[in-house]
Amino acid sequence: MIQVKNLIKTFGTKVAVDDVSFSVEKGEVLGFLGPNGAGKSTTMRMVTGYFRPTSGSVQLCGIDMLEEPELAKQRLGYLPENAPLYSDMTVASFLGFCAELRGIRGAQRTQAIDRVLDLCFLDSVRNQSVDTLSKGYRHRTCFAQSIIHDPDVLILDEPTDGLDPNQKHEVRSMIKRMGQNKAIIFSTHILEEVEAACSRAIIIDRGKVVADGTPESLKRLVPGANSLDEVFRTITKSETAHKKAA
Amino acid sequence: MSNRDFQNTLAVFKREFLAYFNSPVFYVIVVIFLLAANGFTFFFSRILDFDDVSLATRFFVWHPWIYTVLAPAVGMRLWSEEHRLGTIELLMTMPVSPWQAICGKFLAAAGVWFIALALTIPIVFTMSYLGDPDSGPIISGYVASYLYAMACLALTSAVSAFTRSQVVCFIISVSFCLFIALIGDPSLTQTVVSAVPVGMESVVRFINYFSFMDHFFEMTKGIFVLRDVLYFVSVIVVALLVTDVGLRSKRA
Repeated sequence: MIQVKNLIKTFGTKVAVDDVSFSVEKGEVLGFLGPNGAGKSTTMRMVTGYFRPTSGSVQLCGIDMLEEPELAKQRLGYLPENAPLYSDMTVASFLGFCAELRGIRGAQRTQAIDRVLDLCFLDSVRNQSVDTLSKGYRHRTCFAQSIIHDPDVLILDEPTDGLDPNQKHEVRSMIKRMGQNKAIIFSTHILEEVEAACSRAIIIDRGKVVADGTPESLKRLVPGANSLDEVFRTITKSETAHKKAA
Repeated sequence: MSNRDFQNTLAVFKREFLAYFNSPVFYVIVVIFLLAANGFTFFFSRILDFDDVSLATRFFVWHPWIYTVLAPAVGMRLWSEEHRLGTIELLMTMPVSPWQAICGKFLAAAGVWFIALALTIPIVFTMSYLGDPDSGPIISGYVASYLYAMACLALTSAVSAFTRSQVVCFIISVSFCLFIALIGDPSLTQTVVSAVPVGMESVVRFINYFSFMDHFFEMTKGIFVLRDVLYFVSVIVVALLVTDVGLRSKRA
């Protein structure tokens, strides 16, 4: 459902994403791992059509993102990093606005809003201004926006960032549940999350894919490693080593 | 324009238009606009001291200067706020084309200004009560005034696409609007023409040609020429095109 081929993104002379290819099928949850600044967000922004790739192609459900951006974006739900929201709206009116842009109108719109309010435990803040929400609620409101049209493809940039342990658990199980009939990519720094929710994981470092496989197969990459944590550090530590040398 | 274009533009318009009413910006600007528009007319132009009820030289004449400051204040939030909040990333990954969003937002600001300008109508009643003003110049004056405001708003929209700071957007937009108003000032043009070396006058005249003012005053006099309307419309279209360029450059 998600086909990414030879994606390259340069900012000036800096190569942020260097020849990244991967694909995600329906029913898969792909964990996107990597140190800060590895190019995770940049890759996701290209997959969602926000950034234009320097070269390479992105296809969602067989629709090319560069050729038919509006069609491809209809199939997509996206939770950007830091969960941006229009601060002057209420939770329900914000979700209503997003539904309208997704082409959901009338009674269906009300239904869709009720469904995601319920799914993301937002009923109690329905008519509250987004400005006054705590971080967890803001995050869930933006998450609700990404699933309001029940998309085939879901891309989540650090969906559990800033949530408390209960909420983290809730979001993880929600991702796992939805992953059964969608293609999902989510990025995270928390490695236990990968084991809890992902069917596959990619480790990305300095713009390149350095490992791709199930959480179990990743563990086998590094002989003697007991946890993903160790694998992650072994694979990506060359950068820190670089800095020390410099 | 397809159905989808219309619906998306309308959705963006609605959100943006309501946002003005949810913040104090709208109320503050309308009040200041009405105070300025009527204050200048009655206290500086002393419209009641003359035996003349035409609005062109005592009412509309102030509008370009008021718009120079107030139109950027209305328009500065259009795209700067999206950049600052990061909601631009949401908007641009929705199935909405940049053009639908640009038009929706611009029309929302235009709608706000329509209300503000409509609230100055009492002065027309006042003049009709005191005398018998020609309706032609009043209508073309209002059209000219509205088009001038739209041109300033479109300029502000273009500037706001490039910056995440509303303050920066405001200052740059006011400078642009001021520049474009000043280059049309006849006495200023005269001063510059006498100061520049011989042969450069045509350059000054050429720059002068781009000013809003000539077109504006032609229209407020009641000379409703398609050329002047087209001038403002083309300024608006170009500014919205620049907005698109700005949004693209931000998305790299």
